Amino acid sequence: MIRLGKRPASARPPQPDAIVIGASAGGVEAISVLLTALPARFDIPVFVVQHLPRERPSLLADIFTPRCARPVCEAADKEPVARGTVYFAPPDYHLLVDRSDDGPLLSLSSDEPVCFARPSIDVLFEAAADVYAEGLLGIVLSGANEDGSDGLAAVLAAGGRGWVQRPAEASSSLMPASALARCPQAEVLGLADMAARLAGMPAGSSRKV
Amino acid sequence: MSDTRISGRVADIELQLLIEAIYLKYHYDFREYAGASIKRRLTTAMDRFGCKTLSQLQDRVLHEPAMFPALLEFLTVQVSEMFRDPSYFLSIREQVVPLLRTYPSLKFWVAGCSAGEEVYSLAILLHEEGLLERSLIYATDINAHALQRAEAGVYDIERIAGFTANHQRSGARTSLSEYYTAAYGRAIFDKAFRKHIVFSDHSLATDSVFAEVQFVSCRNVLIYFNRELQDRAIGLFHEALCHKGFLGLGAKESLRFSAYAERFDEIARVDRLFQKRSPA
Ligand SMILES: C[S@@+](CC[C@H](N)C(=O)[O-])C[C@H]1O[C@@H](n2cnc3c(N)ncnc32)[C@H](O)[C@@H]1O
Repeated sequence: MIRLGKRPASARPPQPDAIVIGASAGGVEAISVLLTALPARFDIPVFVVQHLPRERPSLLADIFTPRCARPVCEAADKEPVARGTVYFAPPDYHLLVDRSDDGPLLSLSSDEPVCFARPSIDVLFEAAADVYAEGLLGIVLSGANEDGSDGLAAVLAAGGRGWVQRPAEASSSLMPASALARCPQAEVLGLADMAARLAGMPAGSSRKV
Repeated sequence: MSDTRISGRVADIELQLLIEAIYLKYHYDFREYAGASIKRRLTTAMDRFGCKTLSQLQDRVLHEPAMFPALLEFLTVQVSEMFRDPSYFLSIREQVVPLLRTYPSLKFWVAGCSAGEEVYSLAILLHEEGLLERSLIYATDINAHALQRAEAGVYDIERIAGFTANHQRSGARTSLSEYYTAAYGRAIFDKAFRKHIVFSDHSLATDSVFAEVQFVSCRNVLIYFNRELQDRAIGLFHEALCHKGFLGLGAKESLRFSAYAERFDEIARVDRLFQKRSPA
């Protein structure tokens, strides 16, 4: 059976149930500012696509694990989503979120690259928007391509919220600028503000989806 | 980029009905595929066929004979390459081939073989290791068009540079160019391989085991299934494998969340090679 989600016409929860982050050129430094700000009590799952060369194994989880108060790992196929855990998309695979009877699961795919990218930010954001709807926060950071614009539009269309790194502050401004052009209703924020807001999100707020 | 998006409760209902309609009319069973990725591919198909809703697509799939084969190209992902993840093939040479040498005759099953890239990679490896003469490879897929292409063994010449680089990194003992002839922008692989390969339509979702084999390679197929269907497929592999037979999965696939995890030993972690455990 394809899993059908219950989709109550509920209002947006005060805090997100899940967070998706997309970044490309200049993204690792930006992601670092956000992830190192997460406090030990942080209990919202975070899914991250950072564009990387496809041939090499990703070291992102290894790099961030010792610097983060929360567990950081590379997403595995059909892994149940755990609260307060940071998941990086593996190189050369798209990362998606699926529903199951036991709650959200991670899913990988080796479909064609989207806009030359695999993992694609759009693919992650669109799948997560479908599962988390108004409970999703999408964050677009530094990058030199337009991946993430359609994805952020999907997040907002599903009732979720969107933050975009202030393009002038990003080391590559094209990606955040494109996201803003596509989604003018998203909030423009500097990294420090994003980090402070994430750090202030109360524990126990994220609902079970 | 298109604006087609299928989301919301109604789209979920339409999706389930479309998948059910395909099953009832064509007996292709996508009911236990991972939902997010199938939704994404159907969105692309809707764009391509100019359908505004999944219900429109369902109408056409049921009433226009040419539609289903066309839609199947969207429902099944054909992304592949020869010697994909070269270290997988290197690990086969190092960890599996020495044990395979002890068998007088060998059978392999490449499940979800797409257009044959993985099958020819395995055949070339076996040839290089001196095992091809005693080997038979079953190559199966549900996409008939892909199977035809696999049988033809013809690939765009632009892909050969990538295939060659992968082959070299897989512990190659020969040059890939020994195995194909180039003509009119295409590379045609040696027909001699075909004596050792049986191409066949077989679904991991609905069909059963057809032979006993020493090695199953099923790469980048299970990720498209939900956990229940993954377990069905792994169950088939377990049943098909001989005592101490080998199973190879895709670079990001594992037995971690499978009911069969305890029935295999991991023999190469990164390269995803497993060996069937003897019953306790
Ligand atoms: C992404 S390709 C993988 C090709 C190759 N194994 C590789 O790793 O490069 C996935 C293949 O699985 C096939 N497939 C999908 N569902 C299947 C099923 N139920 N049974 C057998 N093959 C299936 C598709 O038609 C496609 O050819």
